[in-house]
Amino acid sequence: MDLLVTLLIILVKVIVLTFVVVLPLVPISVYFERRFSAIIQDRVGPNRVGMPFTLFGAKKDFSFFGLIQPMADGVKLFLKEDFTPAHVRTAFYWLAPALTVVPALVTVCVVPFGSDIFVNGQAHKLVIADLDVGPLFVFAISSLAVYGITLAGWSSNSKFPLIGGVRSTAQMISYEIALGLSVVPVLLYYGDLNLSNIVEEQAKNGWLLLPLWNEHGTILSQTYWDHCAGQWLFWIPAVIAFVIFTTSVFAETNRMPFDLPECETELVGGYHTEYSSMKFAMFFMGEYAAMVIGSSLVVTLFLGGWSLGFGADEWISGLKIGSFGFGGLVHLAIFMTKVVAFILFFILVRWTVPRFRYDQLMRLGWVIFFEAALINVFLAALVIAAPQFGAMATIIGLVLLVVVTAALVWVLKVSDKKAPILSI
Amino acid sequence: MAVVKVTRPKLAAGEKMYLGAIFKGFIITMKHAIASLRNKSRGAKDMESSGLGVTMQYPEQKWDEHLPEYYRGAPALVTDEQGRERCVSCQLCEFICPPKAIRITPSEIPSDDPWAKVEKRPLEFDIDMIRCIYCGMCEEVCPEQAIFLRKDYAITGLKRADMMHDKEKLYEIGGVRVGLVNKWNELK
Repeated sequence: MDLLVTLLIILVKVIVLTFVVVLPLVPISVYFERRFSAIIQDRVGPNRVGMPFTLFGAKKDFSFFGLIQPMADGVKLFLKEDFTPAHVRTAFYWLAPALTVVPALVTVCVVPFGSDIFVNGQAHKLVIADLDVGPLFVFAISSLAVYGITLAGWSSNSKFPLIGGVRSTAQMISYEIALGLSVVPVLLYYGDLNLSNIVEEQAKNGWLLLPLWNEHGTILSQTYWDHCAGQWLFWIPAVIAFVIFTTSVFAETNRMPFDLPECETELVGGYHTEYSSMKFAMFFMGEYAAMVIGSSLVVTLFLGGWSLGFGADEWISGLKIGSFGFGGLVHLAIFMTKVVAFILFFILVRWTVPRFRYDQLMRLGWVIFFEAALINVFLAALVIAAPQFGAMATIIGLVLLVVVTAALVWVLKVSDKKAPILSI
Repeated sequence: MAVVKVTRPKLAAGEKMYLGAIFKGFIITMKHAIASLRNKSRGAKDMESSGLGVTMQYPEQKWDEHLPEYYRGAPALVTDEQGRERCVSCQLCEFICPPKAIRITPSEIPSDDPWAKVEKRPLEFDIDMIRCIYCGMCEEVCPEQAIFLRKDYAITGLKRADMMHDKEKLYEIGGVRVGLVNKWNELK
């Protein structure tokens, strides 16, 4: 009986968190993408689709600011002809779209959406699977999405998709390394791989990028200033990690400065050139789901996840009506707000930074981010270990760090020298 | 002419970092977005913007008052101040029409008609608005100044047949045009 109840709770969590919380975010981010892009470019964007009351004799339509537009798009994609060209390798052609969506949605299960909900005094975590290997699981699964793209490129049996698929493979492999290495400092700092614990830690001790409070008080109280030195010292490697991680997430999700696998100007549509109807929509959904997951990971690791900060989280967690503690739902709303804000940031980047050339992309990934992430791990370890090892060891470590960094910069400079131009 | 040697500017360390430039870019993009939201985009006033960016939103706001004098919309036939149809079915417009949108069936004016001296008028005058490219050559070539491009731009229909403007429709759009050609006038 207990097992059945547990299974039922898990099932409810799976259905509610994926289909009520995450999947609606996909059309919402599509809507935001279109509206925000339009505003940036002095346009209006989709603002019409809504309730056609005028058809029934009313004076005005009600348009919801065009919020229904993604639904209309979805219906359109369902009704379109699903055309399979004769020259494709059918089995893989059919498999590829699913392979891009599924990994993105599977990673949802480790994201902590909020603090605990209390039902009849029983705490329920707002996580589907409270794994102790959170970030590793996300990296392992989300990098499977590249198979979808590569298979799509290959099985389409046409040149542009193939180039797109190959580009995406190389890009994903390059940035996976920077992605993995850049979170090492964060994990070192928390000494924990469980995302729920990481967020709880941040709720108590200040977000990683905004350590304005700790368990001794907020920035306004004296006790905070007595204990904040370590936090602010770690802020430096945290910011470096944040920059590298965010950029790598952009590359992993094939977003704008790194969208070479599907860049329209060179490759028609890239890996999904030969796809139509719902199969194309699956790629589209996979891309946006990856974006949602990527931004929720950044928010969870660096920006405090579901926490509001300033010591308000304990009070929010304690909110209840009768025996139903709904604080978790408030935290869920906070988390969603942060994720949507980060998605808006994604769009801002899209219309600000022009697309990289392919060699620049590879150079940024392998030469700069890889090295920077490695050095950052060293720096973070030094900051964390300094209080234990005393001044002497710290200074030796610092000297070593400077030497290593200088050597790397020198190697970079030397290897950058261009070959002399051949004179004939 | 003096030779100017242009050297490639050396980037400072900060510029090589690239991050500063990206942040500057974010600020510029955000400024632009906020200006667009506040209806302060450059040219928003001149373009009669609807309040977002520089876009005029169609069914609520229309071009009509903002059309320039020289705007070329749907071609139409006109009558003169005495209600005579100006067209004498010389068929010059039919021959000049690049997409061959105009088709005229000429007919004679019967001798008991007050305008018998004009001799000819069109029996049928059809313009296929699907073919028409609004080039204005018919207007330019017409010796009687009978066909004009009006400012109507929303030519719609549910069938191909709806898009065929016949004589009646063309006079309805065109209306009366006073003056210009007086050679058939009694007053002259």
